[in-house]
Amino acid sequence: MDFATLLQMLDATLRLATPLLLACLAGLYSERAGIFDIGLEGKMLAAAFMSAAVAYVTGNVWLGLLAGIGASMVLSLIHGLASITFRGNQLISGVAINFLAAGLSVVVAQSWFRQGGRTPQLSGDARFEPITLPFAEQLQDVQVLGAIYYELISGHTILVYVALLLVPITWWVLYRTRFGLRLRAVGENPAAVDTAGVSVVGLRFAAVAICGVLCGIAGAYLATALQAGFTKDMSAGRGYIALAALIFAKWRPWYALYSCLLFGFLQAMALRSDVVEGVIGFALNAQLLDVLPFILVVVLTGFVGKATGPKAGGQAYVKER
Amino acid sequence: MDAMPKWADVILIPVISILLAAILSALVILAIGENPWAALKLMVDGALGSTYGWGYTIYYATNFIFTGLAVALASQAKLFNIGGEGQALLGGLGVAIVCLYVPWPHWTLALLGAAAAAALFGAAWAAIPAFLQAKRGSHIVITTIMFNFIAAALLNYFLIGALKAPGMEPATAKFPEPTHLPSFQDMFNFGDTTFFRGAPANVTFFVAIAACVFVWALVWRTRLGYEIRSFGESESAAKYAGINPTKIIMVTMLISGALAGMMAINNVQGEAERLVLNAAEGAGFIGIAVALMGRNHPFGVLLAALLFGFLYQGGAELALWTSIPRELIIVIQALVILFTGALDNMVRMPLARLFLSLRRA
Repeated sequence: MDFATLLQMLDATLRLATPLLLACLAGLYSERAGIFDIGLEGKMLAAAFMSAAVAYVTGNVWLGLLAGIGASMVLSLIHGLASITFRGNQLISGVAINFLAAGLSVVVAQSWFRQGGRTPQLSGDARFEPITLPFAEQLQDVQVLGAIYYELISGHTILVYVALLLVPITWWVLYRTRFGLRLRAVGENPAAVDTAGVSVVGLRFAAVAICGVLCGIAGAYLATALQAGFTKDMSAGRGYIALAALIFAKWRPWYALYSCLLFGFLQAMALRSDVVEGVIGFALNAQLLDVLPFILVVVLTGFVGKATGPKAGGQAYVKER
Repeated sequence: MDAMPKWADVILIPVISILLAAILSALVILAIGENPWAALKLMVDGALGSTYGWGYTIYYATNFIFTGLAVALASQAKLFNIGGEGQALLGGLGVAIVCLYVPWPHWTLALLGAAAAAALFGAAWAAIPAFLQAKRGSHIVITTIMFNFIAAALLNYFLIGALKAPGMEPATAKFPEPTHLPSFQDMFNFGDTTFFRGAPANVTFFVAIAACVFVWALVWRTRLGYEIRSFGESESAAKYAGINPTKIIMVTMLISGALAGMMAINNVQGEAERLVLNAAEGAGFIGIAVALMGRNHPFGVLLAALLFGFLYQGGAELALWTSIPRELIIVIQALVILFTGALDNMVRMPLARLFLSLRRA
């Protein structure tokens, strides 16, 4: 494999890791506050559909992004209602949200656009365009570094940079602000937070809302940046991979970045089976390459150390008995 | 804590939850510009208006009984088996191998052999997630979801590779004649009046009923069932009583996977008579809704499976005659899971209050 191919692979890794990273950070806020969320997948899917639909109709991708976030927030609100207000089973609520998004996105897409459950192709201002960072053009002929800057770092859509920026921001919010301390506390010991006079319900709803916003961005990225439009089930298990990446990262932001990049790299490998064949010397089966991320999830969560999540995760808080 | 009489818990709450799901579904139909009342009439006509419709309803219900029982049994041990879909796909692989490569003399033997293979393959597919849950503490929800994806890819691999029949389609060859199961049409044929003509319901339905009885007896009439339920109620108490958690998790998940796998004798051996891609068609996921609605009891699962059989066949009729896509069923399924599962307290709390005030009066 030559240097240019390597750069292409890493470039694809970054593009494919972005939705995983956004969803993973979304899950991080929610689970750190003690709310399990296997509905990341559904929220991404709903956001992908709404962002593509609104971006197509208005021709403005930013309005699409807002609509996507809105759709994701509605599902987040349902999840919050079920698991915080009514103390229901958080896993079951997540499953319901995944199906709700999978079904409604196709039913509504068919009703609005009559193209068999897709939105029309997006183009121009209805998509996020790649941004060329300053001096990338001029520096691209500089040995190695210039090429890395031009190929790998420059030339992504704004959402890729937003996702990367969210890693330090999340770290800072979680570990350096009062809100972050309370958020982590409510996931470990809600009774203590309650005793200190801080609203457990309020904090958890805030966490679930942040989760909704980030999943919304992730979904909008899928439909308006990575692809050009919504197709049925386009999230393709990314929400679940993000969840596994979160466990593998042991609910910490920087490690979330690393594990999402790892899964992004595996997805990039599936896209470039020719490169993989060139490197290892024989052809890997296409189905195997496709499910490699899923197999790795099982291996990582099963055989590499025990991951202990937030202590109060999955349990509803009962104020008084 | 018994604020409500038992009948309210078992009947009233599910019925109210279903009504809420139905009202929201009607609103969805209204929102996409169709008439919900006409849609309901079409669904009832299509699914229950003829023995043909009934034949499809029962066929789908048979699938959902198996997957519903799988989820319900695992839930008794407080394990959430979302892997029914993958286990059913693997069960199909087992059925296909047994039907294609063993020269069965008669369908009765073929049914036994195929059921054993389906159960074995389904159980095997549940074994790894169960082991990881029991020994390594990785969450069974995550691993079973992953195994659904892996199962789909594995089936894909076999159907374009080793098991593929000549031709364009990624499917196995047709199973030989002696493995074909008698359909309801064959069984209820009285001279000049033939019932269930052309419908795929077959003898597997009775196997499904037997499975319901089996699960009921296992859970409420055996020592193992008692251990499973104690483990589900309180893991620490069960441990203290000398129940081995690893054994309970493994055994429960193996039986659960076997039940989900056995669905394949209905859809693969009974209906398609060959293995095709995505043979389970989401039935594994519908099992979640069926188990929740049936309150994890085999009789409840049977009733809920019949309701979903009706919805599935009715939904197919809707997709055929109106512009409502089949995915509407997924929406209804989601709403049922939401209301009977996650939002249970939304219905329960006001009802409990109502019953309390009635009692005081």
